[in-house]
Amino acid sequence: MKHLTQAYRALANRHGLGAALFVAIAVTLWVVVFITLPQLSMLDYSFRFNLPADQIGTDADHYTLSNFHSFFFNADGSLNTLDLVILGRTLLAAAIVTLIDVLICYPIAYILAHGAKGVAARLMVIGLILPYWINEILRAFAFRVLFGATGVVNTVGMQMGLWDVPVDFIRADVALYFGLSYAYILLMIFPMYNAIEALDHTQVEAARDMGAPLWRVHWRVVLPIAKPGIVSGATMVFMLTAGALAAPQILGGPSNLWFTQVIYQWFNESSNWPRGSAYAVVLLLTCISFVLLMMRVFKVSVGEIGK
Amino acid sequence: MPETSPVNSPDRSVLLDHVSIRFGNFTAVDNANLKINSGEFFSFLGPSGCGKTTLLRCISGFSDPTEGRVLIGAKDMKGVGPNKRPTALIFQHLALFPLMSVADNIAFPLEVRGVSKKERRRKAEELLDMIALPGIGDKKVSELSGGQKQRVAIARALAVQPDILLLDEPLSALDLKLRQHMRTELRAIQQQVGVTFIYITHDQGEALTMSDRVAVMSKGVIEQVGAPDQIYNRPRSSFVASFVGENNALKGVVKRQSEDMAALETPMGTFEARVGGGRKYKPGDEALLFVRPEQLVPGQAENAFQATLSRQEFEGATNHVFARAGDTELRVSMVNAGLAGSVGSKGDTLSLGFAPMNATILPVGQIASEA
Ligand SMILES: Nc1ncnc2c1ncn2[C@@H]1O[C@H](COP(=O)(O)OP(=O)(O)O)[C@@H](O)[C@H]1O
Ligand SMILES: [Mg+2]
Repeated sequence: MKHLTQAYRALANRHGLGAALFVAIAVTLWVVVFITLPQLSMLDYSFRFNLPADQIGTDADHYTLSNFHSFFFNADGSLNTLDLVILGRTLLAAAIVTLIDVLICYPIAYILAHGAKGVAARLMVIGLILPYWINEILRAFAFRVLFGATGVVNTVGMQMGLWDVPVDFIRADVALYFGLSYAYILLMIFPMYNAIEALDHTQVEAARDMGAPLWRVHWRVVLPIAKPGIVSGATMVFMLTAGALAAPQILGGPSNLWFTQVIYQWFNESSNWPRGSAYAVVLLLTCISFVLLMMRVFKVSVGEIGK
Repeated sequence: MPETSPVNSPDRSVLLDHVSIRFGNFTAVDNANLKINSGEFFSFLGPSGCGKTTLLRCISGFSDPTEGRVLIGAKDMKGVGPNKRPTALIFQHLALFPLMSVADNIAFPLEVRGVSKKERRRKAEELLDMIALPGIGDKKVSELSGGQKQRVAIARALAVQPDILLLDEPLSALDLKLRQHMRTELRAIQQQVGVTFIYITHDQGEALTMSDRVAVMSKGVIEQVGAPDQIYNRPRSSFVASFVGENNALKGVVKRQSEDMAALETPMGTFEARVGGGRKYKPGDEALLFVRPEQLVPGQAENAFQATLSRQEFEGATNHVFARAGDTELRVSMVNAGLAGSVGSKGDTLSLGFAPMNATILPVGQIASEA
């Protein structure tokens, strides 16, 4: 709070009271209306029964843990393996997608920051951004077309004689992994780029000059500088992937549900908002715990990510 | 016949064999052709932008010459990357690794070569002793002062005993006092380790005080190579004469030349002086006469002329006197004679002169601008 007051004073001194007030009100509105209130009402829902409209506000309408209980246990007291497994698989898949993105984006971010110059660099950035002008759902469908039985991948693969029967990339979740890895790639590249760009390129040359092979230059010199950027990008990609709905709906195999799809079903198909809310809270909490755990493992503080 | 052991006396020479480096149409280094001897302290001296860094990067392997060859220890270095050359480069801004401790920085070249952790630590301590900074191994780089960083960078470069140490204006970030101290220290380290030092700088004081030999560069061209006193006393081009140390330039017309002496007719009178660079002039050729401020002596009978004192800058031991003779402003350095002597005051007429041997006649050419 002290820091906030300080920041506000500094702003008021530099840009005048009007600007400071505007920023203060805008930030407060943003935090309260867009972040705190929806989450609080979601939290509130998650502790309530799914009552018909005429019973709301009556004695029957009181707080309960039943929604959370039924996430973990079936009615007969056995573990609710169905939902638990879906959550676990979603988190695992999100982690794999995040890892794939780290591997793809690191070289791109490095080249963008230290290799490409002038026109080449600008073309690269445009090439990265342009596809995002296209709607997310359209992009997902494009992947579906690409990986469909008569899609480009199957056609080329069969013509080259790599396989002779169309491969069901959708059922095998290949299309899903591609689509999800692609979906949030920018959110990985830019924080990484930011971090790597801060590296003085002569350090890379110095390491080379001292005889280091490329892998060691990256391991010892570039990666430590890139780490906060990687973690920051990974956090966003992981959270968004775990919470993605469109791509799993469109590209997911029929047998594999994404956890968000389960939530969606509770809200929409079953009209059980409290149960859906409870599931959403569970997803949020597990994601946050997972991210915090990873930050512990990689020894990165929250402050570093904000840089 | 005595056996010469190649292990005890490695060939640490560098040969630049007609090296040119171009960026597109722009020639950054133009036909550099010289040999740097094993164990020598060799400097490239030139104004900023003259191609020094470009040449150094080429020797260390970060770029290839567009034309010509670089030979280190008589071996052609074509296609040999910076990580495979027996050179170590100290970058202009040092390029210490900010996220590693001082000891890890110094031991990095050893880490690369697979030396064990314990041995690396031992060697780092040893190098820290050498640079007179014992016990700072666990500090962060950001905790060091400018001079300490400088020395750590030297220690890191010497960790695996390169044959050739390349230094790119390593003292330019330090303040004056420290810079002068580090000159002495660098020279001492070089004598101690016997490695060939190739040092680049735009500071002529550094180049002259530390080096065995100096190459003066201008716009990619090596103008002159020689020992510091040769460069200073026997400049071979107007650029060298004007860039290295202070100099007065008088423009005139050659009247006659005999062997290595000539007479030059200037608006201030006709002066006898040594011909620089072994050149031949015909009567009537335009030329420049360079005479250093400390060679203009009051009361000197040879090449005498009169000038009017216009201002003085007193600097303790030396008094910098500016005098006008016609349209020409001259710099005269006089040793402070203390209370017993006086230079005179503004408007006084000075009778000055200089020994013909101590002035140089050179072709009209590029004059290095002030500072
Ligand atoms: N990679 C490059 N591409 C184009 N021009 C360059 C490059 N590197 C250096 N130059 C040019 O070459 C000239 C010499 O540069 P440099 O060697 O850094 O000079 P110095 O170290 O003597 O100050 C400069 O004019 C610089 O602009
Ligand atoms: Mg330079």
